[in-house]
Amino acid sequence: MPPRNPARQTKPVSHSDVGAFRLYVRYVAISWRAQLQYRASFLLQCLGTGMITAGEFLVIVALFGRFKTLDGWTLPEICVFYGTVNLAWSIAEALARGFDDFGSLVKSGDFDRILLRPRSTVLQVLGREFTLRRVGRFALGVMVLTWGWTDLELGWDGARLLLVGFAVAGGVALFIGLLVLQATLAFWTVESLEVMNILTYGGVTTTQYPITIYPSRLRHFFTAVIPLACVAYFPIVAVLGHPDPLGTAVVWQCLSPTVGFLFFGLSLLVWRMGVRHYSSTGS
Amino acid sequence: MSPYLALLRARFRLLLHYRAAALAGIATQIGFGLILTSAFAAFYGSDQVSRQMLPLSLPNLMTYLWLGQALLGLLPWRMDGEVKAMVTSGGLAYELLRPVDLYGLWFSRAIALRTAPVLLRAIPLLILAGWLFGLSLPPSIEAAGLWTVGLAGAVALSAACTVLMSISLLWTLSGEGVQFAMPAFASFFSGHLLPLALFPDWAGRMIALLPFRGLMDTPHRLWIGTLEGAEAWGAIAHQWVWVALLVVVGRFLLSRGLTRVVIQGG
Repeated sequence: MPPRNPARQTKPVSHSDVGAFRLYVRYVAISWRAQLQYRASFLLQCLGTGMITAGEFLVIVALFGRFKTLDGWTLPEICVFYGTVNLAWSIAEALARGFDDFGSLVKSGDFDRILLRPRSTVLQVLGREFTLRRVGRFALGVMVLTWGWTDLELGWDGARLLLVGFAVAGGVALFIGLLVLQATLAFWTVESLEVMNILTYGGVTTTQYPITIYPSRLRHFFTAVIPLACVAYFPIVAVLGHPDPLGTAVVWQCLSPTVGFLFFGLSLLVWRMGVRHYSSTGS
Repeated sequence: MSPYLALLRARFRLLLHYRAAALAGIATQIGFGLILTSAFAAFYGSDQVSRQMLPLSLPNLMTYLWLGQALLGLLPWRMDGEVKAMVTSGGLAYELLRPVDLYGLWFSRAIALRTAPVLLRAIPLLILAGWLFGLSLPPSIEAAGLWTVGLAGAVALSAACTVLMSISLLWTLSGEGVQFAMPAFASFFSGHLLPLALFPDWAGRMIALLPFRGLMDTPHRLWIGTLEGAEAWGAIAHQWVWVALLVVVGRFLLSRGLTRVVIQGG
């Protein structure tokens, strides 16, 4: 980039000049421009991840071809679960990519630079990258959800649409919370931990089916410990108007995505603890 | 033969250093295995009629799925990072100066790359899965023997695929196209995501022609004993025919690629 007119930079820019949101938008714009530098490689990556995601979905279709039903649930119903969870995960993954590979930042000592800047660490780490490469999962999520939705004739019902939106939003919050926790661990381990994939990718795989199909231990884990059921299973049961085999009340089903936001808040508290614990690797 | 073996040994020792990563990998694979087997068991439990006619019984399916988790690293997920670094940095020049056959060199590298991490993870995982999670042992000594033969074929096949990815670097430098297509094909058509027996019959027949079933489906079915006798040897032959084919194609592409190669960097 050619150097800007130096006269413009003589006035010191105090950080209140740029609002947090405007700063984030600027970060995102830079990140997008960087990713689109290598157009062909970018397209191929989109295609590759899209193919893997599509393969995962075809497996479900093939299984329904063999079995007709999954514990009383039909394919279009599963599509609504699948679409909601995958939408939430793809958005969270795109937004919080900076947290996902946070280990590299700790390892190289580059987190020091972030601490030096007069801005919140969360904002800066979020702003590191807004990934576009996973657009395949997002697109598939939209398509599958739409297909299930129209096949079940759920229609343009405002309450239902609102609830699905609420579930996706809660899901995004929860998944970002998980990625923040994963990043926080790096303050202690200096590595990004592969084990956390069980909660993120594993959580997506688990909750794309209704949790009633699982043995109770797995079900309880994804309800009480990692509350993914609150942003997927419970609200979607209400959306489908399906009587809940677990016997929960409709009020709970409609309000449960709130838990996702609480989880996110909790993860930020843990993050703050981690930042306080951070000592630079010094490299 | 000895320089290739020496390289294989050195690479092996290097990769065996990452024990913590292996431990994390085992925990991850067990988690995924539990989720996967539960979901499949739910499908099997919900439709008793179809279950009668299935080509794969539930206990066999459990074994199949756990074998898939244990041998996950055998699939050609990524290209050889060292070869990639060599091609993009210009280190390829040194590789060309060595008095050994380049294809053979890259092939031995690929074998080490695919087997060392698997060896570390698979054995503890198989023991745990057998003890706690419903993996059964091969029904006979014969099946176990056939499985080791099939496993050797799978390793060779995976190495041949990996070398093809490496060779593609001579054209694209970043190798991204092949790098992203290969894992998608390998995981879908090998039976790793869904056992090939559970695909619709017409799709299963077509997928069986592709090389990928040799990576997972063939060794798994040899282990559970549903592939035996002449059929077993047919599947093993299928593996090696494809290995031979991929090696011939790989050698051809490599010699073509080397005529136009540009040594990068300095």
